[in-house]
Amino acid sequence: MNKEEALFKYLIRLGDNALILGQRLGEWCGHAHQLESDIALTNVALDNVGQARMLLTKAGEIEGKERTEDDLAFHRNEFEFRNNLLLEQPNGDFGQTIMRQFLFDVFQFHFLNELKKSKNDFLQSFAVKSLKEVSYHRGLSSDWVIRLGDGTDKSHNKMQNALDALWEYTGELFEMNEVDELLIKEDMVPDLSELKPKWEEEVKAILNEATLTIPDTKGYMATGSRDGHHTEHLGYILAEMQYLPRMMPDAKW
Amino acid sequence: MTDQTENQDGQGLLWEVFVQSKPGIPHKHAGSVHAHDAEMALKAARDVYTRRREGTSIWVVPSNMISATTEADAESFFDPADDKAYRHPTFYTIPDGVKYL
Repeated sequence: MNKEEALFKYLIRLGDNALILGQRLGEWCGHAHQLESDIALTNVALDNVGQARMLLTKAGEIEGKERTEDDLAFHRNEFEFRNNLLLEQPNGDFGQTIMRQFLFDVFQFHFLNELKKSKNDFLQSFAVKSLKEVSYHRGLSSDWVIRLGDGTDKSHNKMQNALDALWEYTGELFEMNEVDELLIKEDMVPDLSELKPKWEEEVKAILNEATLTIPDTKGYMATGSRDGHHTEHLGYILAEMQYLPRMMPDAKW
Repeated sequence: MTDQTENQDGQGLLWEVFVQSKPGIPHKHAGSVHAHDAEMALKAARDVYTRRREGTSIWVVPSNMISATTEADAESFFDPADDKAYRHPTFYTIPDGVKYL
């Protein structure tokens, strides 16, 4: 694998995270418990779709096979997607959506803070732009986690159930492979193992304030997305997201 | 905050939102949001009323803290100003540098 191939794979990884999370959050449009939350969630969704567009467009350029952002978003199959398993997990109730968002936002915040130092111009400017968005997402989701976790018995239980369901998907955020190895050597991307203590510290502090308990998974963590192995949920997301462009490949707005 | 965290529909208090579109000019009423406290109200207001770069600053105020005139007050409050044209400072020229008067 050369540098360009590694960069392409890295951009796909970041782009798929943004795309799948954006699609998931978009499912809330018109369904949240109040107008204010509906707009907040879809704002976050749109930020993610915007990031996905930048990343997948750039990935297509780097690849050099004339694939556009749409080709990459709508004409790849499950096993070609590299988004983290956490992000394809179902929305569940509002609490579960918020918990998923919180666990990812804290990761993304620390990740982008490191990515700002990238020697690659695109990654560097992408990090600067996205960090502003993600800082807001992180404030929003942390706030809700504390509010609901340390809220009523009912809201506390819902948040604890969400944490129990999602915790096993967090280990995978920090997995690295030969793509990371090659790009770390070029000072283009951060070493994810160095992010983990920062993530853990912040997540634990907020969960503690929210009176929530991290479940004991006895060391088990789900894995697979770096190699394109996904949970059963991704196929359904793609079926809905890709249906129209696949039925009518030349459809234009 | 005080105990004013809930109203009957379970969506939280109603807050009036005031948005300043540029530094130096007054905050203008934009609408209202539901929220359980001020911090949440500011976030909701940001998402609902400043999505298209409308704002540089936001104020939120609990709607029940606003006192308003009633229609019955209108005659005594406002009509006396009708015939006092001399209260309009139309006899001054405004310096070029003043933008938002």
